[in-house]
Amino acid sequence: MHLPFNQELKKGSAELLILSILESRPRHGYEISRQIEERSQGVLKFNVATFYPLLYRMEQRGLVQGRWVEKPNQRRRRYYRLTRAGRAVLKQQRGAWKEFAAAMNQITEPENA
Amino acid sequence: MPDWRKHLDVLISNSQLQGARASDVREEVAAHLDDRYHALLAEGLLPAEAERRVLIEAQAGALSAEAGRVLRSAESLPLEPAGSAWLAGVWRDVRYGWRQLRLTPAFTLAALLSLALGIGANAAIFELLDAVRMRALPVKAPQELASIRVSDDRTGEGRGVPDLTTALFETIRARQQAFTGVAAWTVENLDLSPRGEVRNGRVMLASGNLFELLGVGAAQGRLFTPQDDRRACANPPAVVSYAYWQTEMGGRSSAIGEQIWVNRHPFVVAGVTPASFFGLEVGRRFSVAPPLCTEPLVFGENSLYDNSIGWWLGAVGRLKPGWTAGRAEAQIAAMAPAIMQATMPAKYNAAQREEYAKHRLAVVPAGTGFSRLRNQYDRPFWFLLGLSALVLLIACANLANLMLARAAARTREMAVRLALGASRSRLLRQLMAESLLLALLGATAGTILAQFFGRALVPFLGSARAHLFLDLHVDWRVLAFTATLAAITCLLFGLSPALAGSRVAPAEAMKAGGRGVVASRSGFAMRRGLVAAQIALSLSLVVAALLFARTFRNLLTQDAGFDAVHVITVNADFAALNLPAAQRVPFKQRLTEAARVLPGIEALARALAGPVNGGNWNDQVNVPLAGTVKLWSWFDAVSPGYFAAIHAPLIAGRDFTDSDSAGAPLVAIISHAFAIKMFHDPAPIGKTFGVIQYGDKPDVLYQVVGVAADVKYEALRSGFDPVAYLPDMQAPEPQSSATLMVRTTQPPDVIIPELRRALLQVNPGLALQFSLLKDDVADGLVSERLMAMLAGFFGVLAIVLAVVGLYGVIAYMVARRTNEIGIRMALGAGRRQIVALVMKEVCAICGIGLIAGVALALAASPAARSLLFGLRATDPATLGIACLGVGAVALLAACLPALRAARLDPMVALHED
Repeated sequence: MHLPFNQELKKGSAELLILSILESRPRHGYEISRQIEERSQGVLKFNVATFYPLLYRMEQRGLVQGRWVEKPNQRRRRYYRLTRAGRAVLKQQRGAWKEFAAAMNQITEPENA
Repeated sequence: MPDWRKHLDVLISNSQLQGARASDVREEVAAHLDDRYHALLAEGLLPAEAERRVLIEAQAGALSAEAGRVLRSAESLPLEPAGSAWLAGVWRDVRYGWRQLRLTPAFTLAALLSLALGIGANAAIFELLDAVRMRALPVKAPQELASIRVSDDRTGEGRGVPDLTTALFETIRARQQAFTGVAAWTVENLDLSPRGEVRNGRVMLASGNLFELLGVGAAQGRLFTPQDDRRACANPPAVVSYAYWQTEMGGRSSAIGEQIWVNRHPFVVAGVTPASFFGLEVGRRFSVAPPLCTEPLVFGENSLYDNSIGWWLGAVGRLKPGWTAGRAEAQIAAMAPAIMQATMPAKYNAAQREEYAKHRLAVVPAGTGFSRLRNQYDRPFWFLLGLSALVLLIACANLANLMLARAAARTREMAVRLALGASRSRLLRQLMAESLLLALLGATAGTILAQFFGRALVPFLGSARAHLFLDLHVDWRVLAFTATLAAITCLLFGLSPALAGSRVAPAEAMKAGGRGVVASRSGFAMRRGLVAAQIALSLSLVVAALLFARTFRNLLTQDAGFDAVHVITVNADFAALNLPAAQRVPFKQRLTEAARVLPGIEALARALAGPVNGGNWNDQVNVPLAGTVKLWSWFDAVSPGYFAAIHAPLIAGRDFTDSDSAGAPLVAIISHAFAIKMFHDPAPIGKTFGVIQYGDKPDVLYQVVGVAADVKYEALRSGFDPVAYLPDMQAPEPQSSATLMVRTTQPPDVIIPELRRALLQVNPGLALQFSLLKDDVADGLVSERLMAMLAGFFGVLAIVLAVVGLYGVIAYMVARRTNEIGIRMALGAGRRQIVALVMKEVCAICGIGLIAGVALALAASPAARSLLFGLRATDPATLGIACLGVGAVALLAACLPALRAARLDPMVALHED
């Protein structure tokens, strides 16, 4: 099932997704979108036209930093890594998301009689 | 595999991205789509289906306007700023330029040095012009000030600021309606020492309302007022300048009330003017200012205060609101006839009265003060500014050359950037940013350098006797001037290389192994043209330098009719002794004899003026029998032995003797020019001439007893004018001072103390002043010395810059043709032929440069004409020497690369790219 990413959700959570994917190591754009898709088992999916603007905006805000990397016998790729600011935002958003999710759960779980 | 790029181009063009940023995005997203495509293929989709899916995903909700905005503003690479980020882009360009400059320190240093020298020289000369001509006086509302003066030649006695007589000033002040007030002033070099040797200072006599009119307040104490300036004032106060108060009175506040001396008369210090106020005279700074009414006290029998033909005052007024100098002149001119009638000097005869009645009155703006420097240096300054502009042009040509060489070296870089999507205007801006940066740094260094240059030059404008004070500081005019220079130089040296550098065809540039358009034939022709232009410009500078050096030398070494070497001038003023007129000549004779007995004195005589010594006394003479012949002649009053003392031979008749004294028949010795002009006879011994007197008094007749060889009288530049020498012992009103011309075999530092001791023994109340006649004469040549020195400096600078340029171009040419040279050598060309090959190129450049330079020098020659002496501006010898010199230096500079070419190993040369 594909869950369409609406604007509200995207604003709040897409950044968090990208930051989380980059937390362990730098990745290029396609890899980031693959990771999101795979880890959500295909539930969360970006299309190209929204994903790259989002990535560039995060770069502009200094959360991630892109760099062209050339490897032997491969086309060159733009790898993105977390910046110090990105790491701080990740920590804060992750905390906020956990609270939010917990609150959602509290309400949406069927009540035990 | 599908080509995603053409789909992406649509996507990117919607987002309005350009150049490198767009290609970045294109590359990144294309890679993404490729990966996605391969992933879909791996899932088992058919290629066509996979492509369709990818495109749907890519275009699903294609980049919205918001996404476009994000992309544009999210740029992180420094290549292509969008319109709104233009300024940020410039800043990036400048930073990038700075990195480029730092990568090539030798180039940057050479460029900055030549720019700083060029701009510094210009700014220094401009600063002097600014200080002398343009800067407003540091007083209240200087633009409202105007001076009033008689605009025609005046007959009578003159001194100080000879614009008006006392009577004229007072009448104008009473009748004018254009000014809120009119004040009078004059300046003189007067003795400020209480006793002993003379110590001259600049004294400004000022009417009581001057300070109030100028809006100048007291820094200490009080400044005098009209109450202090009443005719025949006694016990007068004086004001001192801040500089005098600091240096001579230690800046003590107790200095107020202390006694100071002007021409050995005591004054009480009433106050100190502010530090910024130097008086009304640009280039000089007054020390002491007494009120005008003290003039009779200070000058004694030489006073002009009540002399109706004594021209000694300048007048300055503050225009009423709404009045201009032009309107004021109209008002005052209308009443000029009445003013002249009211002040008609009784001493004049009928002809002189008629002349006086016709005098016109002029009103001129005086906001920038008064200055003799302005007349003296106006032309030299503009000329020097022109010369320094040429130096800057040469520096620019040099830089343009260096920039072209750099542009050639960077052709490949430019090609790559163009290929990556940078626009041509983008590259142009980047290259210009580098030039701008250089120009800015050069201008900054130049402004700093100009401070040193300017200060070093000021002493050369003055002389040993008249020290100049010029307030050189960087005002808005100087800043505007240097900024304009920087902008012009930037355009001059930066634009054409930038245009050439950005006109790269990427594909060709890549193929040519780094050799693009800049390194092509047309680019190299441009560099050769620049060097030829440099040679032309430096040739004209060298011509100017030679002309001024030879002018200075001609003036110094010309036969002026006398020999100034080994002559000491001693001025002994004995006004303080108050001797009656009858005792003055005997006293002078005692002084003369006291000095004559000293050892080492070869000859000695008294003179009132002496040759080329700043003094001038002229009168109109006629020959009674010849009827209508009248002429102006210079005069001097001398003692027996004068001609021997200055080594001017008597060519007919006799010298004066002690018997040519008061009571004896009036006699004169005339110069050769006088004899020829008046008498048409080289030896008119025994003939008489008359000196025309003021009023209706009969002419005073003199009998010619001798004819002296011609001697320059007024200035070394003037011709041999007629001079009449009268015996000083027959002067009807002997002065209370004597000037001794002492020819000695002793060095000055030995004989001057001896002279001082001997003369003070006659009377300790003497005011003595010593100088060397040759220094006095050289003092008259300050502007010539300045021109010779600066033109020489500019000439050397020009040659150095031109030689660097030529060397660079020839070295580059050799490097460029290494391959060809190798082939020629392989085919049997000898070293000689290779050197000839290179030198042919050099000679062509030099030849064109020299021909253009001669043409330039000839075209500019009319501007220099009035500044030269003893040679024409088109002097063929000077042009020839300059051509030879510049040509020889240029050939020498080219020898090194030529020899290097000849030493090339053909095998190595052939392997060169």
